[in-house]
Amino acid sequence: MIEIAHKVIADQSLVLAFAAVGALMWISAMLSRLLFAGRIHASAIAIMAALALAWYGGIITGGKKGLADVPAFAGLLLMGGAMLRDFAIVATAFEVDPIEARKAGLLGAFALLLGTVVPFAVGAGIAWSFGYRDAVSLATLGAGAVTYIVGPVTGAALGASSPVMALSIATGVLKAVLVMATTPMAARFMGLNNPRSAMIFGGLAGTVSGVAGGLAATDEKLVPYGALTATFHTGLGCLLAPSVLFLILKAIV
Amino acid sequence: MAIYGTALLALCTLIGVALGEALGMALHVKANVGGVGIAMMLLIAARLWLARTGRLTPGLKLGVEFWALMYIPIVVAMAAQQNVLAALEGGPMAVLTGVVVVAICFGLVAVLSRATGAHHD
Repeated sequence: MIEIAHKVIADQSLVLAFAAVGALMWISAMLSRLLFAGRIHASAIAIMAALALAWYGGIITGGKKGLADVPAFAGLLLMGGAMLRDFAIVATAFEVDPIEARKAGLLGAFALLLGTVVPFAVGAGIAWSFGYRDAVSLATLGAGAVTYIVGPVTGAALGASSPVMALSIATGVLKAVLVMATTPMAARFMGLNNPRSAMIFGGLAGTVSGVAGGLAATDEKLVPYGALTATFHTGLGCLLAPSVLFLILKAIV
Repeated sequence: MAIYGTALLALCTLIGVALGEALGMALHVKANVGGVGIAMMLLIAARLWLARTGRLTPGLKLGVEFWALMYIPIVVAMAAQQNVLAALEGGPMAVLTGVVVVAICFGLVAVLSRATGAHHD
C-alpha cells in the first residue's frame, strides 16, 4: 500500500498537483457560497488558503518553496512555476479588447514609472530610518520594495552584503503576498472595475505574481489588462534601480 | 483542431519571451523586459488576423481558452509555493516596508484611475 503511494507520488507529481488544486478550489467555492454568501470570491479564498498552506509547508519542512517542499505536493512547482504561469497569462490576452488596451497605453506607462520610483524611494527611506547609511544597502533594500527579483539583481550588480540581499528579497516577497491577499478587499477603493484601472494597477502594484493573483481573486476579466503592464515592471526596475536611481541616491547620501 | 490553438499560444509565448530576453540584453539588464507583454500583443494581433480571414475555428479557440481558464488554478499553485515563512520572518523592516509600499501604491491607483476617468460607478 505504502509502496504504491510512494510510486504514485514520485511518478505522478503534476497530475497530483492538478487534483490537489482542484480539491482546494472546490472547498473554496463551497466556503464562498455557504460561509460568505458569495461575497468573497472563491478564487480569493483559494489563494489565501494556498498562502496559508505555503506558510505551513515552510514550517514543517524548513524549505523555501512553501507547500511544494512536501514531497507529495512537489508537482505544484511545475504547475505554478514561471513557465506555465506565463503561458496561461499570455492565453488570457485572447479576450483582450485592443481598443481598450491602446487607450490606457500611455497611462499604463506612467503608472509603471511611478510604480518603480515610489517603492524604491519608500524602501530606501525606511531602510534609512532603520540605520542603514551606505548607498549600496539603501539601493538594494529600495529595489527589493519594487519586486523580489529587482532586489537581488540590484544587490548583485552593486555588490551588497548577503544579509541585505536576503532582507531585500523578503521585502519583495512580502509585497507580492500582500498584493495577492489584499487586492480583492481594496478593489472598490481603487476603482478596480474596468480595463483602464487594471492597467494602472498592473503598473503600480508591480510583481506579475502579486498582480496576477490579486486580479484573479477580484475579477478574472481584468487579469490580462493588469498583466500587460505588470510584465514590464521587473524589467524596468532592473534597468533603473542599479543605474539612475542608485546614482541619485548616492548623490543624496 | 485544439492543438493549433495551443501551438499558436506557444509560438506567441516563445517569440515574446525571446524578444524580451533580447531587449534585456540590449539594455544590459539581467531580466526579461516585457516578454509576456510582447507575447500578449502578438496573440491579440494573431486573433484579429485569424478572425478577419475566417480561420478562427472553434477548435482553435478551445486550444487557447483552455489555458486562459487554467490561469487561476495555476496562480493558486503559485501561491502555494511562495516562501511565506521567510516573508513574515524578514523582520519588522521588511514588514513595515511591504505594508507602507502596498498602501501607497493602492492609494496612487485610486487617485490615477479616478483622475483619468477610468473609474465607472
